[in-house]
Amino acid sequence: MIRVEDLEVTFGAGRDAVRAVRGVSFAVAPGESFGLVGESGSGKSTVLRVLAGLNTRYRGVAEIGGIAAGRGDRRLPRLVQMVFQDPYGSLHPRHTVDRALSEPLEIHGIGDANARVARALEEVGLGPAFRFRYPNQLSGGQRQRVAIARALMLEPKVLLLDEPTSALDVSVQAEILNLLKRLRASHRLTILLVSHNLAVIAHMCDRLAVMNRGAIVEEMDSEALRRAAPREPYTRQLLLASRGYDRAVAAGLVTYD
Amino acid sequence: MSALLEVEDLRVTFPTPTGPFEAVRGVSFSLGRERLGIVGESGSGKSLTGRAVIGLLPPNARLSARRLAFDGVDLLGADARMLRRLRGRRMSLVLQDPKYSLNPVLRIGEQIAEAVRLHRGGSAREARRRALGMLEAVRIRDPERAMRLYPHEVSGGMGQRIMIAMMLAPEPDLLIADEPTSALDVTVQMQVLAILDNLVAKRGMGLIFISHDLDLVASFCDRVLVMYGGRVMEECRARELASARHPYTRGLLDSLPRIDRPRELLPTLSRDPAWLDPA
Repeated sequence: MIRVEDLEVTFGAGRDAVRAVRGVSFAVAPGESFGLVGESGSGKSTVLRVLAGLNTRYRGVAEIGGIAAGRGDRRLPRLVQMVFQDPYGSLHPRHTVDRALSEPLEIHGIGDANARVARALEEVGLGPAFRFRYPNQLSGGQRQRVAIARALMLEPKVLLLDEPTSALDVSVQAEILNLLKRLRASHRLTILLVSHNLAVIAHMCDRLAVMNRGAIVEEMDSEALRRAAPREPYTRQLLLASRGYDRAVAAGLVTYD
Repeated sequence: MSALLEVEDLRVTFPTPTGPFEAVRGVSFSLGRERLGIVGESGSGKSLTGRAVIGLLPPNARLSARRLAFDGVDLLGADARMLRRLRGRRMSLVLQDPKYSLNPVLRIGEQIAEAVRLHRGGSAREARRRALGMLEAVRIRDPERAMRLYPHEVSGGMGQRIMIAMMLAPEPDLLIADEPTSALDVTVQMQVLAILDNLVAKRGMGLIFISHDLDLVASFCDRVLVMYGGRVMEECRARELASARHPYTRGLLDSLPRIDRPRELLPTLSRDPAWLDPA
């Protein structure tokens, strides 16, 4: 469903050029849930943005359902949608929930908006009472539900999630992760999830790739991560560091280039 | 020996169009030369508690307490001069985001040296020497070079370590750190925590570590207060947080995804209004 091969993204030019993504390849089967994990600057979000068509300057292959991303193909929006990290920034502050959810239908000439919006709200666990509210009348978790509902309005097959719960409290994070799991099953979605949080990735994904400095360090299934059996020292260090503070671990940290 | 910090029945109230809103509702604790964690979700009052102690509440907030004392000095009765002498020099605050806490038009070396001279006096050369020493202490690789940089020229992790260096340069007895590592990668977070850990151990500093991250607080602190709705739900030894009793703490711990414990769905927290009843 998703195919990325030898993907290269460079920002800037000449001496200041930064190779943000360096020869990344992976594939995600239909219905599979795949995670990209890494620290800031690892290039994980850039890969996602290329697939979402937000970053059109790339070399190599980035395809969804056989269609190249970011090349202006009008079929893509109905195939793939994205949910962003910040539910405060991703909704228009002066548009009601109703308008946010109807807009994609209008743009793509889909009728029956009234019933579709009502059904979408129902699906993400927001009652009809939320329909005519503005984003500032919603909590962070409710906003993220609206953002997810909006992503599903065009009934895409693929959902790209960029740190969808990083800005939320842990109790709200649990609710959103549960919602995503339910929606994945009911809509038979293919999911690509980007996060810095290994536990969130292990919980949501069948397989994952660890990224560092623009390249994939290793790819494995979540089962291997659970058994704490990553092959690469970088991944082992990431796993150790994410378990909480340990004086000995802190003293032994290494920088991997 | 009296405690470094004593807080009794601390309350912070904001006026709203519908009447006063109490954001911190009767919090009591004392702090020795140890690492005290305050955990809670957004709106729990954990940050306001930290800011109330150091006297940096928003102007419209009203503070009251039966007792609020630092090293035996009553902070409620102290005049502005007394507070200025304590603040920065003996009590310090580190915030989450270095981008907003560093002066963007001042070189890093000048900022730290300014903090030193303001609170400790001494010559410019002496202040500079101390600033360099602090940057070394927080493991900045090339401190001479870092002194010459402007805040926008450093990474987030480096900025946060610079913030910590600046706040620690006057050698405070109490450091309040509000989510000091939440914006950092886990490996950088570990390094910053190791610095704080050393300072508590070596200098006998008291540390209030405010965080939303239960696992981190459990592994880093000595004692933990769990806050919800402006109240302390539970106080326990950090190592025993995993076996906490209060249903709120339990609910928070359960709702975290765990790498070694796969579950189809995560249990969600149901909040009991009785938690907010006055004790």
